[in-house]
Amino acid sequence: MAKVLVIAEHSKGQIKKATLSSLTAASKIGAFSIVVAGKDIKGVADAYAKYGAEKVFYVDGDLFKNYIAENYAEAIAQLIKAQNFEYVFGSATAFTKDLIPRIAAKFDAGMASEVLAIEVNGNDVLFARPMWAGNAIAHIKIKSPVKFATIRATEFDHAKEIGASSPVEAFVANVDSSKAKVEYIEFAETKSERPELTEARVVVSGGRGAKGPEGFKLIEDLADILNAAVGASRAAVDSGWVPNDLQVGQTGKIVAPELYIACGISGAIQHLAGMKGSKVIVAINKDEEAPIFQVADYGLVADMFKALPEIISSIKASK
Amino acid sequence: MKILVTAKRVTDPDMKIKVKPDGTGIVTDGMNYKINPFCEIAVEEALRIREKGTQAEIVVVGIGPKEAATELRTALAMGADRAILVLHDAYYDSTVVAKILKKIVEEEKPDLILTGKQAVDDDSNQASQMLATLLGYPQACFASKIELVDGGKKAKVTREVDGGLETIQVELPAVVSADLRLNEPRYPTVPNILKAKKKPLKEVPVNSLGIDISPKTEFVKMTEPPTRKAGIKVPDVATLIDKLKNESKVI
Repeated sequence: MAKVLVIAEHSKGQIKKATLSSLTAASKIGAFSIVVAGKDIKGVADAYAKYGAEKVFYVDGDLFKNYIAENYAEAIAQLIKAQNFEYVFGSATAFTKDLIPRIAAKFDAGMASEVLAIEVNGNDVLFARPMWAGNAIAHIKIKSPVKFATIRATEFDHAKEIGASSPVEAFVANVDSSKAKVEYIEFAETKSERPELTEARVVVSGGRGAKGPEGFKLIEDLADILNAAVGASRAAVDSGWVPNDLQVGQTGKIVAPELYIACGISGAIQHLAGMKGSKVIVAINKDEEAPIFQVADYGLVADMFKALPEIISSIKASK
Repeated sequence: MKILVTAKRVTDPDMKIKVKPDGTGIVTDGMNYKINPFCEIAVEEALRIREKGTQAEIVVVGIGPKEAATELRTALAMGADRAILVLHDAYYDSTVVAKILKKIVEEEKPDLILTGKQAVDDDSNQASQMLATLLGYPQACFASKIELVDGGKKAKVTREVDGGLETIQVELPAVVSADLRLNEPRYPTVPNILKAKKKPLKEVPVNSLGIDISPKTEFVKMTEPPTRKAGIKVPDVATLIDKLKNESKVI
């Protein structure tokens, strides 16, 4: 059986749910191990040891305190060589999308991005991945000895805790920091009390029809009574009404919540690419020809400035 | 300084694409082509760096069939100085793109390589990072702000990452890939479109580069994405709430 390594992500000492989807993807191919890198990271490694990995490796030290692609790539490449991993996965998040190609090139290796499904037939492994904003699905093989992929978290279930713990092992990488060409300056965090966009059960999104921050106030009010995350179309982000990392779409976040409520969003191809996988889609738009209605389970042709207050008071009344 | 910028020819991102019934690719009849929007942002950023007072030669590079010269001319009309088109009309993946660009970088020796973070046709988001590895250069991907510092020896780059904005400083030469919010590209003016026709555009057959261009991935087939079943229009808020509560039971 092929050996798979999953590059795990973490934030503030916690594991990331998106990584749990990558573990499920990895288990389709073979026995998997996990690697985490950071500073004082053993606790995260221990947390990841509950999901049935053969081993959990951790790369610890000052060099890995902040994410620097060069250092992380070098350390993990050394681990891949030392342990002869044949597949290397990570979730399709900004972190891993930046890192995995950097590692793959060290192995002259092929890579599949945003993998939606993995089909295994004996030694043949086929990766299904979206192209053209998800309007075509390419099925590809990777021909290099080491094979790399990022996994779209919405397409694979989260791995479950199995009760036993995997062995946790420090991996000491030989990374030369004297030639460092990158300096980490700062991270300006978008602070929010709401659930994370990619992990929320409900997402309420706004677009051009929100007309400004006041329109987004209504969207946030609805999100808050539904314990939902707030999302946005490109138009709303470009206008500066909400932070960049709330953008849902081809080049933003891919979400698949149980309920997605699109308010004043026309439904450009690029936006649909980021939310078509939602279980139930509600669209509220003044323009009854808006393409968003083609993917909506329930469409309401209405001005969101009228409809949202009604929805909010109706939900409040029934609580 | 010298800035190398990429300009990929892609299908018009606003046109609906269709998968061929035989699964060999997409229907290209009647398709329009454009410069990849992220590459367009990269070209614009190179121009703005120059307009802020840094003397710079801007060289734009593309890979593709002869027709890909059209998108390079667009970049020239925006203000780039000259173009290189690597002629390659067979299946290639990001590993091949990175190797071709590495060769061009070795010849051109730019101080800064600006790329689009992904092409909106294959949506891979790999080539810039791979190129940085092959060159041993630092990378600063998904850039929303670029500032030259230390007399142009370094670039301070703000990156769009999950949960916020990260800022790093990289020594040049470096590979920087553009995200959406870096800038809003200009439209070429008619006089500049005319001028661009006279700017140098060098065609380089890929085989003349003397590099391994065998892709590391193999395309097997293309399929349609699953379609959603058609939904309904509801007449009012009361009906919507009722459906969400009692039919789909999501609230």
